Amino acid sequence: MIEEKLRKMTGGGNIFLLIVMCLYALAFMVNAELALNALAFSTNLFHQLLPVLLLVFVLIFVSNLLVKPDWIRANMGRDSGLRGWSLAIVGGILSVGPIYAWYALLRDLRTKGMRTALIAVFLYNRGIKLPLLPLMIHYFGLAYTLVLAIYMTLFSLLNGILVEKIVERRTG
Amino acid sequence: MFVGMLPILVGVVLLTGLILELVPADRAAGWFGRNDMLDALIGATFGGIAAGHPLTSYVLGGELLANGISLIAVTALLVSWVTVGIVQFPAEALILGRRFALYRNLLCFGFSILIAMLTVSTLRLLG
Repeated sequence: MIEEKLRKMTGGGNIFLLIVMCLYALAFMVNAELALNALAFSTNLFHQLLPVLLLVFVLIFVSNLLVKPDWIRANMGRDSGLRGWSLAIVGGILSVGPIYAWYALLRDLRTKGMRTALIAVFLYNRGIKLPLLPLMIHYFGLAYTLVLAIYMTLFSLLNGILVEKIVERRTG
Repeated sequence: MFVGMLPILVGVVLLTGLILELVPADRAAGWFGRNDMLDALIGATFGGIAAGHPLTSYVLGGELLANGISLIAVTALLVSWVTVGIVQFPAEALILGRRFALYRNLLCFGFSILIAMLTVSTLRLLG
């Protein structure tokens, strides 16, 4: 079942990459300079992404080695309660790098029993960027930054609950 | 599993570069300025499409505020920028599921406007 899903995902990923490459070919024919600039930007972005990908790879490796499904189900599963919500919020806030680098780990944790709501909460709380808070305070003020961060944390919980209800209503 | 995700990650990175070249952030300033609600909707939409570093959204938000654009619109842009991911959507859908990605992003989009209104109202109440 998991192997089949993985094969489907890899196939979909190859098609997606092919579509993006076609878009680049099209952009190159229309405006070569724009396509080259985009490629240069993407190369630079990929270099920045490598350490995060390495971190995620290590985390997946360690979680496969040490974190057993029983632990995930107890701490991030359906009955994990306040501990599960707190772990997802703190994990989301502390995680670094682009969001898509974390999809792999979250998928891995979900197959071990992490509940859907907590995945959505984790992803939402990635919006609160601790290292950037001083800069946000500089631009928009302390009160604004605090109020916004509190609302974002609260809405992350609502987001998680609703996403889980919607996704699991159909999938049973 | 991780190797299987590489084409998706490479695709998203390439798409990010292309989108940023096609829609530079500084062009967004000209889209605002009609009314607060419409500006909030435009802010949330632009934030959802934008794929750059969040730092860019602060700089852009600061510029928009300085040009008289409402704080509701700027907040919707800031929140949507970091919670909605149109460019990352194909990767999210392939890895975490289409329904999950679709509804998560739709809810995040709606919440960005709601949070913007609540944040500004709260700040007004606080004085």
